[in-house]
Amino acid sequence: MNIHGILAIYRFEMARTRRTLMQSIISPVLSTSLYFIVFGTAIGSRMGEIDGIEYGAYIIPGLLMLSLLSESISNASFGIFFPKFSGTIYEVLSAPVSPLEVVIGYVGAAATKSVMIGTLILLTARIFVDYSLDHPLWVITFLLLTSITFSMFGFIIGIWADDFQKLQLIPLMVITPLTFLGGAFYSITMLPEPWQSLSLFNPVVYLISGLRWAFYGAADVNLGVSLSMTLLFLFLCLSGTWWIFRTGYKLKQ
Amino acid sequence: MNSILSIRDVSKTYASGHAALKQINLEIERGEIFALLGPNGAGKTTLISIICGIVTRSAGEILADGRDIDREYRDVRSLIGLVPQELSTDAFESVWDTVCFSRGLFGKAPNTAYIESLLKQLSLWEKRNSRILALSGGMKRRVMIAKALSHEPKILFLDEPTAGVDVELRRDMWQMVRELREQGVTIILTTHYIEEAEEMADRIGVIRRGELILVEDKNELMNKLGRKELRVQLQSPLEVVPEPLAEFNLSLSEDGQTLTYHFDAQHEHTGIAELIRRLGQQGLDFKDLQSRQSSLEEIFVSLVGDQR
Ligand SMILES: Nc1ncnc2c1ncn2[C@@H]1O[C@H](COP(=O)(O)OP(=O)(O)OP(=O)(O)O)[C@@H](O)[C@H]1O
Ligand SMILES: [Mg+2]
Repeated sequence: MNIHGILAIYRFEMARTRRTLMQSIISPVLSTSLYFIVFGTAIGSRMGEIDGIEYGAYIIPGLLMLSLLSESISNASFGIFFPKFSGTIYEVLSAPVSPLEVVIGYVGAAATKSVMIGTLILLTARIFVDYSLDHPLWVITFLLLTSITFSMFGFIIGIWADDFQKLQLIPLMVITPLTFLGGAFYSITMLPEPWQSLSLFNPVVYLISGLRWAFYGAADVNLGVSLSMTLLFLFLCLSGTWWIFRTGYKLKQ
Repeated sequence: MNSILSIRDVSKTYASGHAALKQINLEIERGEIFALLGPNGAGKTTLISIICGIVTRSAGEILADGRDIDREYRDVRSLIGLVPQELSTDAFESVWDTVCFSRGLFGKAPNTAYIESLLKQLSLWEKRNSRILALSGGMKRRVMIAKALSHEPKILFLDEPTAGVDVELRRDMWQMVRELREQGVTIILTTHYIEEAEEMADRIGVIRRGELILVEDKNELMNKLGRKELRVQLQSPLEVVPEPLAEFNLSLSEDGQTLTYHFDAQHEHTGIAELIRRLGQQGLDFKDLQSRQSSLEEIFVSLVGDQR
């Protein structure tokens, strides 16, 4: 194992985060706070409870998930896209680092950043909304799993994308709508058929549901199902990454 | 086995269908400076990129220090340093950070003393805290070299290290390359400045349209292919070359003052002694004799010349 190599990549990426602190950490936390103010305090007070949970508190897991997904993806995808774009990727390709080590370095750094953002969002949310965590360990588990999985997904997008537009395509066109439709702001049981059944094809439903269960002990789908689905995504992203390095897809001519 | 790099039947066809390398066979000897010459698009960068693991080869086998570059990529790659042709560096990192990054990436524990001496040697020490984007092109080139040397490689690839570099820095680099060789580093460089190869290289390889058309010891190459000529400055001008000198195939200059004799330096009897004797017999007095060898550049042009 080339520990120095992993650390070099990890530190490099974390230094980038530090340089762009405003854009990479502060801004997602601020924009999520806006949701808490508008939906949690202003509108939330006029809404009824869902599953016995106050509306302001009910939307926290969904909003947290929204930030985690988009931040993990954009971070990790940019982290690997940029060296490809600028040509500095040659150095990583010629270095004695295994694919696994490259992924640990890049994805590890992106996931670390996501976890930092997630934690900050949870802390800020406490200012606006009163909530408590039923299963803190599960919250941490889902936070970690989601950050890692979607950082890896971002890594794959970063390798696939050959221009800046493609880089933003998936987060904007896929992840954001899926999150909004995935029960971030409502329980999917409130939807009429066929939308309720269709929602079950939305992978984000399981992520949000799992996290909401960890928060409040109540969710749209069973914990086991949520967890299995999350692990399935992790496995899919792992396979994708493995395949990329095995074939040299878009990395080597 | 003395070769540090064995390239066997290596071919590369890009996805576009372009055959960039055709069955390259090449042995690089331990501790030598090898210059790879060839016109634009000949395949030099492709060959280097394959050895360094940046481009996948279509066929063939490569051993570095006796080890397969795929199966034992970790050992092999930590031996190799690469200064690529393109100046692709990070922009916002400091010089110090980017060089330390490279060292770590190649699996070496941090060594501030070594990096410090490296930066000093490359006259980068004053710039260690500058962001790379604020450096000039020549300075960036030095940073690339520092990165390539950060992990103390045994084999160094320099892909056109002196393109766009001023005379002073070029001299510095040549000096540095010689010092590295003294420390036992094997150096493979490509260049378009033939004088550079002439100045530095122990051996020369010429590649043309993906084929290695020649590999030779530099001095032998220059002896063998380089034509020698002897110029005889006469005391008094001639109208024509005298008949008894006809067998020497001499050429006479416009002004009739200079006779030029071409000869094969490899040949045991160059014919010079005989020529001088004949000149004496003809009563032709001369005031000066000059012998000149054609440069590597002329050899190179005659090899690849117009056949791109
Ligand atoms: N990624 C690629 N896809 C397709 N063809 C390529 C690619 N890279 C290089 N080539 C082609 O392969 C050939 C060899 O290119 P290479 O860069 O190895 O040449 P070179 O000898 O380094 O030239 P130069 O002196 O200009 O640097 C060229 O014809 C080039 O167009
Ligand atoms: Mg080249």
